[in-house]
Parts: sequence; C-alpha cells; structure tokens
Amino acid sequence: MPRGKAAKLWGVCVPDLPGKNAIEVRGVRKVFGAGEAQIAALDSVSVSIRENEFFTLLGPSGCGKTTLLRLIAGFDFPSEGEILLYGDDIAPLPPFKRPVNTVFQSYALFPHMTVAENIGFGLEMLGKPKAEIGARVAAMLKLVKMEQLAKRRTSQISGGQQQRVALARALAPQPKVLLLDEPLSALDYKLRKEMQIELKRLQNETGITFIFVTHDQEEALAMSDRIAVMSSGKILQVGSPWDIYDRPAVRFVADFIGETNFLDAEVVSVSGDRATVKLSSGSAIKATFPAGTMPAGKVTIVVRPEHAEVMPAGARAPVLGGIIENIVYLGTDTHFHVKLADGPPFIVRQQNSKSGPCGFDKGENVGIEISSDVAQILKD
Amino acid sequence: MARPFSIRHQTGFTAIAVICFAALYAPIAILVIYAFNAGTSIADWEGFSLRWFVAAWNNSQVIEVSIRSLQIAAAAAVMATIVATMAALATTRTAPYPGLTLKYAFINQPLMVPEIVTAVALLIFFSRIKVATGYSGLGYLIAAHTAFCIPFAYLPIRARLESMDLTLERAAADLYATPWQTFRRITLPLLWPGILAGLMLTFVISLDDVVITNFVKSGGQDTLPTYMLGQLRRAITPEMNAISTVFLLISVGIVTLFFFISRKRN
Repeated sequence: MPRGKAAKLWGVCVPDLPGKNAIEVRGVRKVFGAGEAQIAALDSVSVSIRENEFFTLLGPSGCGKTTLLRLIAGFDFPSEGEILLYGDDIAPLPPFKRPVNTVFQSYALFPHMTVAENIGFGLEMLGKPKAEIGARVAAMLKLVKMEQLAKRRTSQISGGQQQRVALARALAPQPKVLLLDEPLSALDYKLRKEMQIELKRLQNETGITFIFVTHDQEEALAMSDRIAVMSSGKILQVGSPWDIYDRPAVRFVADFIGETNFLDAEVVSVSGDRATVKLSSGSAIKATFPAGTMPAGKVTIVVRPEHAEVMPAGARAPVLGGIIENIVYLGTDTHFHVKLADGPPFIVRQQNSKSGPCGFDKGENVGIEISSDVAQILKD
Repeated sequence: MARPFSIRHQTGFTAIAVICFAALYAPIAILVIYAFNAGTSIADWEGFSLRWFVAAWNNSQVIEVSIRSLQIAAAAAVMATIVATMAALATTRTAPYPGLTLKYAFINQPLMVPEIVTAVALLIFFSRIKVATGYSGLGYLIAAHTAFCIPFAYLPIRARLESMDLTLERAAADLYATPWQTFRRITLPLLWPGILAGLMLTFVISLDDVVITNFVKSGGQDTLPTYMLGQLRRAITPEMNAISTVFLLISVGIVTLFFFISRKRN
C-alpha cells in the first residue's frame, strides 16, 4: 500500500517511489514573457504523483501551483521538461487529447445546456453511443446526488449544486487523473466543509487520482494523502500532511502551514536520526532533522504551539522561561503569548480540558516545557 | 428642504432637453404626418388619407428599387457578418501581440475613411474591372456594401466575444472537444446574440446607404435611397413621405426585434 509508506518518506522531491506513478513531472520550467521581462512561473519542478492518490499542490497565490495544473491539463505548454502520464510524455499534446479532466475554480459550466447535457458533454465528444452516455450521466447524477435536477439549466441551481455538476462532468469520462483548481474557494464556510468530505468520498469511490490545488492549508491537511508545498515556482517539500505539519524541512513550509515558533539553537551532537541542540536559554533538547541533511553549528528549530506547555516558574527546571504578555481565550483552547527571557516571542496553545480559568495571569513569570520528539531542525 | 444634487433640477435643464428632442424628432414626426395627407402638398394639410401609401405600392419603380435594396442589404449583411465573425474570432482568440491594435484600426477602416473617398476609389477600381470582365451586375454594389458594413458587424461580435468566459472554451477542450467542436457547440451558440446584432445592424446600414451606392451603381441599379434622391429633383409628393414612413417602420422594427432577442438571451 503506497499510501502507508508515503507517510514515512519525504524530502524536497520524491523520486522513484514504489507504486505506480500516474503523473511524473520531470524538470519542468515555465517561463512567461521574453528578454528582460522574463518570469519563471515554474523553475525545474520535478514531482511524482501516484495512482489513486489525493495529491495537493499548496502555496500562496503566484507560487506556480495553478501553472503546474494548467501544464498537466494542457492549457499551456512547458518551456522545458516532460510531463509523463503513466509513462507517456503528454506535455506537447493539446488538452482534448489528454485523458485528464479539470474542475475549474469558476466551474465553467456551459450556460446553454442542461445539467445532464453538461455532464454528458465529454462522453459525447469521445463519440460514445447514446445509450452509454445516458447510463453514465444517470450514474454520475446519482454519485453527486443531483438526480432531481438533471433537466435544469445551470443558471437555475445553487453554487454548491453547480460545484457538484462540475465534478460530475469532469468525472463522467473516467479520466486517468482529475485536476481540481481551487474548486471550493467560491463556497461559504459550511458548504466548503461539506464538500471537502464529499470530495474525499468521491475520490475513494471512483479510485481516480486527484490533483488538488489550494492556498488553504487547513483544506490541504484535511483532504490530502500527500501535499507539495510550493513557493516562487519551486516545490519546497512533498510529504504526508503529518510530514508537512510536524516535520517541515524549510522555514517557508513551517511558516505557511499553521502557527509555529522559531528558536535559535546550536547543534551539540547527532546520533542516528536525532540531534541534540542547545537552546539560547542554555537547556538542551532532542530534535529531528530533514532526511539527507547533517545538521551542524547554528540552526533554527521549530516547535508548534500545541507541543509546548506553560507551567508555574520554578516548578521544575523548564526548557524555556519567560513572561506572559497576553492570554487569548478561544473556547476550545487558550493561547499564551510568552516573551522569552532572551527576547523572542513564543506561543503556547493549551487545550481547555477542564472548565474554569487557566490559572495564569498576564505578566506572570512562567516556565515552558516542550514535549519530547516535537522539535524539528530546519534546513535554512 | 435641500435636495441632493441632481442635474435634472438645474435651471434650464428641461428647456434644453425639450429643444434637443424636438430637433431630433419633430422633422420625423412631420414627415410621418404628411405621409397621410390627402392633398398633393407636403406642407399643406388637406385631410387624412392612405392614398400615397397605395400610390407607392402601385408604383412599379418603387417596388423594383425596394426589392433591389433588400437583395443588396441581405447579401451584404450576411457576407459582412460572416467576415466580421471570423475577424472577431481571429482578433480575440489570440494572445495579444504588437500590431493587434493596428489590426483593429484596419478592420474598422470604413468608420474612419470618409465615405466619399471610398466611393470615388471604388468607382475607379470597379470601372476597370467592368471594362476587363464585361460584368456589370449587382455584384459591385454587394461587394461595396459588404466592405463598409464589416465594422458594424465586427464591433458587437467582438464585444460579445470579449465578454465571454474563455474558461468555457477551455472546459470544452478539456472534455475532448476538438477546436472545431468547441466552436460549433460552445462558442457559436454563446456568440449568437452578437452575430444577430451584427446581421441586423449591417442590414439597416446597407439599406440606408446613398453616397457609395450612387458612385458604384451602374445604369438601372437604383436602390430605394438613390431612387428617392432622384425623385426629389422633380415635384415632391407625399408619396416620398409614405415610402420613408414604411422605411422607418422596417428599421425601427428590426432594431426593436434585436433588442428583445438580445434581452431574452441574457
């Protein structure tokens, strides 16, 4: 089962993993403009996306994630490099010759056709017999729970329903890979949560490889088998949601996904896959580091706010110490903004397991304990 | 009580508006009224009658030039709209490149070059061809009308194409439609209101032309407008008013029809 293994493997690029690759992007570069005004939207990007995987391209706007999706769909062509679909280079093919379908951000439903006609369009273009199209459209309508609205015009249905039609239309021709370009961004919060679960269900039921583009890290963590974090035209890290969140390789990934604390540290020793680092407070903790690197000298480590704990000063020798600058109560949990003894801010998130006040006050001197095995050394 | 500023409540606004509308519509109204005059004058009212409409209908020359006008307008409108549709597709379904704006200007040349210049140029150009080929049919008029009608079809069609979501065509291509299938199944149906607008507009423009027609036509090729112009040199009777009124009704009818079609589509 490739998925299980994926959780243990990670790195900037993941070459030649076990299991069949649906899509292999090899050294793809995409340049827009010419001469001085040239901009590289993608800069030697290589990534493998496995069969039946829910793979997410995550990054801020302008990072190149949509460009990469467009290259896979065929709406644009790479300046350099190859895109393999089950081993065949599809990079030079026009979109209508690629067994890959797209769910567009704006849905792009055909306004002059009914829901059923929209869903059947791809099969019709493939020259399938009428009976087969009818049966397949009916199955698709059932899959997205839209049987009652088959005869409606696309302008007569709600945004969430349009989303379902767009999905059904893209799934109907049974593509080898389904591309989803921020398909949930136009929906309101509640509907988006519903559609996240719906998308996962559809992926499980159809067994089609999904490549999902989003800038929403929560969405990426909730839905993906693996995530590629992108910035400025490069893939910075590929890994399972757990890898990306708990074992970020570089500062950008740690910063982009969730809240985090950066601490300066110095490597004391390395043994196996753990390093002992000395913090500026003087205490030493064990930290993990990106595979294939050998941490040494001054490094930055990251600790997630929920992996630390605030305790009364002097209770026992804490890893860090500081003054509580602010306490933010958020219902399910409480955030402590602590100013460390040597200056930098540190955020601790504590779950409110018991009711009642947290027992700390603003301005109070506290110690901070860091759980074992949670600190990660960054590459940069 | 202070009212919020409104241009409508400025001193003189109503007067200016009334004068402008009167200048626009009073002559037309008078023309239409005298089409129903029982007398032979276009200035003295002698009672209501439909005699001049009957006279026009029974005037074989009027019928002949009207049919010719409609033939030319129909042929020119169809050809101009086809050419304009192709030009609009070629200038919108492409990445912008240097010289694209210049191409817009070239396509819209008839809007900028004075009609009289085109008329003289065509007169000279076509006379050479007439001598060389011996052909002197309606083809010259149709060709000339097609040429000056193109921008009137091009502008609404291009506007429609530019407001159309390009993602729709991309989605069709993504769903295995070849460029031709995409055009036939997606672009053309969505472009239809623009094409219809182009057809109707060019039809009316061609129907109406005097300057170029007068220069290009051979003997016995009068259109309704040039025939009417010729008649004005003789005694003017309300028959001209009657013909103009029918002409007006046809034009207004076409424009109204288009307005409702385009509104329904949207």
